[in-house]
Amino acid sequence: MNKILLIIEREFMSRVKKKSFIIMTLLTPILFAALMVGPSLLASMESTELTKIAVIDESKSFEGKIKETEYIKINFLSNATTEDFKKDFEESGYYALLYINKTAISNPDSIILYSNKQPSIDIVTHISKAIEKEVEANKLKAYKIENIEEIMKAIKTNIDVRTIKWSKDGEEKESNQFVTMGIAYIMSFLMYMMVLLFGTQVMQGVIEEKTNRVVEVIISSVKPFQLMMGKILGIAAVCLVQILSWIVLTYAIGTITISIVADKAAPVKTEQAKKMATNELQQQNISGDIKTPEKSMSSNEIMKLFEGQNVLLILGSFIFYFLFGFLLYAALFAAVGSAVDSITDTQQLVMPITLPLILSIIVMISGIKSPDGPLAFWFSMIPLTSPIIMLTRIPFGVPVWQLALSATILVLSFIVVTWMAAKIYRTGILLYGKKYSWAEMWKWIRYKN
Amino acid sequence: MNLLTAEHVEKRYANHLALDDVSIAVPEKSIFGLLGPNGAGKTTLIRIINQITGPDKGEITFAGRKMKAEDIYQIGYLPEERGLYKKMKVGEQALYLSQLKGISKSDAIKQLKYWFEKFEIQSWWDKKVEELSKGMAQKVQFITTIIHEPKLLIFDEPFSGFDPINANLLKEEILNLKAKGATIIFSTHNMGSVEELCDHIALINKSRNILHGPINEVRQKYGSNIFELSFRGETNRLAACLDSNYSLVSDTDEAGIKKALIKVINPSSDNRLLNLALPEVEIIGFNQVIPSMNDIFIQVVQDYNRDNGVTAN
Repeated sequence: MNKILLIIEREFMSRVKKKSFIIMTLLTPILFAALMVGPSLLASMESTELTKIAVIDESKSFEGKIKETEYIKINFLSNATTEDFKKDFEESGYYALLYINKTAISNPDSIILYSNKQPSIDIVTHISKAIEKEVEANKLKAYKIENIEEIMKAIKTNIDVRTIKWSKDGEEKESNQFVTMGIAYIMSFLMYMMVLLFGTQVMQGVIEEKTNRVVEVIISSVKPFQLMMGKILGIAAVCLVQILSWIVLTYAIGTITISIVADKAAPVKTEQAKKMATNELQQQNISGDIKTPEKSMSSNEIMKLFEGQNVLLILGSFIFYFLFGFLLYAALFAAVGSAVDSITDTQQLVMPITLPLILSIIVMISGIKSPDGPLAFWFSMIPLTSPIIMLTRIPFGVPVWQLALSATILVLSFIVVTWMAAKIYRTGILLYGKKYSWAEMWKWIRYKN
Repeated sequence: MNLLTAEHVEKRYANHLALDDVSIAVPEKSIFGLLGPNGAGKTTLIRIINQITGPDKGEITFAGRKMKAEDIYQIGYLPEERGLYKKMKVGEQALYLSQLKGISKSDAIKQLKYWFEKFEIQSWWDKKVEELSKGMAQKVQFITTIIHEPKLLIFDEPFSGFDPINANLLKEEILNLKAKGATIIFSTHNMGSVEELCDHIALINKSRNILHGPINEVRQKYGSNIFELSFRGETNRLAACLDSNYSLVSDTDEAGIKKALIKVINPSSDNRLLNLALPEVEIIGFNQVIPSMNDIFIQVVQDYNRDNGVTAN
């Protein structure tokens, strides 16, 4: 036992001290955090440039109906034609020219936005929404319903369906579908990535020892099984450390950046909101709605998103499935590593190992849509796919018996596979230049002693 | 007393017999040469002794009883195919291998310091193994093999990769270890060093032990029928006086002193040879020729292969 610890220590330390490990550990959270924070950061920085838009409104019904914002200024030109602008548009100082012809109310498709560049999607949406609303309002007015404005205000609703999970004893838990899917996706994908990445490291480690010929020296001191398990456990520890530091660092970096961004963005946004609100009041536009600017998420709000989730169960099962799933695959990778003489020989042997992994990812994509469907169910039981698929299902809630069954199957197959892998390993590491195939390895499994 | 014995050991791999009823006895505090052509089964036997693999039949005893798993810590093994982790630092690695052999970290550091100083390689401690030459790495490996002061040392081709100076240093160390009470199994194809170092030998060929015993006895046995006669006079007269019990193998002439190698076909007649030769030539010297281990090796293996109808590979 003492010897296994020594081997684990060496495998762990020699990897953790590598520059590539440190870089990966530090850089990935920055990337994750950038993905998380990036969009809201960009949103807070977007189009601070003043955009002037000229409008030629031949229908005369939209004047003052297209709201201006802090960044979009609208200029209605009464006596101009599009021909005046066609040439040398750039010099006019306008960003775009909106042309509304006489029939716009009945034929809204004839509205055109001219520009010498591709107008940004925000501006196009802003304009088309405003026109849409105006046209709608006009059409409604045409029905001559009494008190139409009050009715419109009264029926204006905003739907936001909340999903609440009932536990067995009737406890209510609010959950967010997107967060659930997000967690499922991230966990499954992380599992897939790590097994592939670090499983290959186990294989490379075994091959390295074999080609270095250091293996014979070592197995004259320890049992081949100890060497194999020590290597696998050591690398599993590296992997866990990496994942945990990713989680912690991503959370830390994310929180810090978010709070910085939120602090900067908050005053501007409120000002903007106020302005919009006053505009609203002045214009008394019935169809206008005050779009409250999207608040940047504070860390508290992020934590709130996870409220619907059983964080402990998710974390616990992630560690469980990661550990046993990794050990299962790592044992197979070790067996392959022991059977070959160099990394270039591994391809055909590795195929059958990576196949279930790839299959899992395909199943995961449909499993995320129906986590209780038969496909997801069966693949969360089959040992080679269960580490990924069960992690896909867990955030959605899995019956206890299924979890227990899947876990038991996984542990049992881990024992069987490790036992077989150890037999292949002890024969393989001392053989050089033998032809390697799964059939040959099957023979090694059946060797006595 | 024997430190280690192998009794009727048999080991079969998928389709060939690696060891067939092999028995050896390694006396305590001696150097035991394990010889044999490539592929004879030496490495398999060594692996069985190291408990890397187990015998199908037969038994290994250690210090007078059946070998136990813990006995592995009483063995130091320097395999022929040896290597180190390339990316690891020399000192770290030596420490790791020592600890795997069951000694505590503090003891290992103390011992390693002593040996690194003795071999004058202290400056290598923080170097990576990949920076070392082959011979340098071999030195480190030798140290890690003997660091835990095992009762039994197994060296498989220990001198390969060493320059003559370092080979000599190593030879001295091996003799030192023997003097300190270690028992050494020594496997090599270099018969010169076998003659120099070994007390006992066993010759494995085609999975079988075909020759074993104390090296002097073995050499005597294969040398008992050839004599070297130094003389002055006519070679022809010497040749003429020999009867059918003798045959002249070869003769040389060096600065007037002639030497003839004479094979005695009937072993009971050593003195008669002198009687026959005395009247014919002036005898300067007469002694038995002890063949080199090299000759014995070749002769025994070839005879065995011929007698058993197998061809050498």
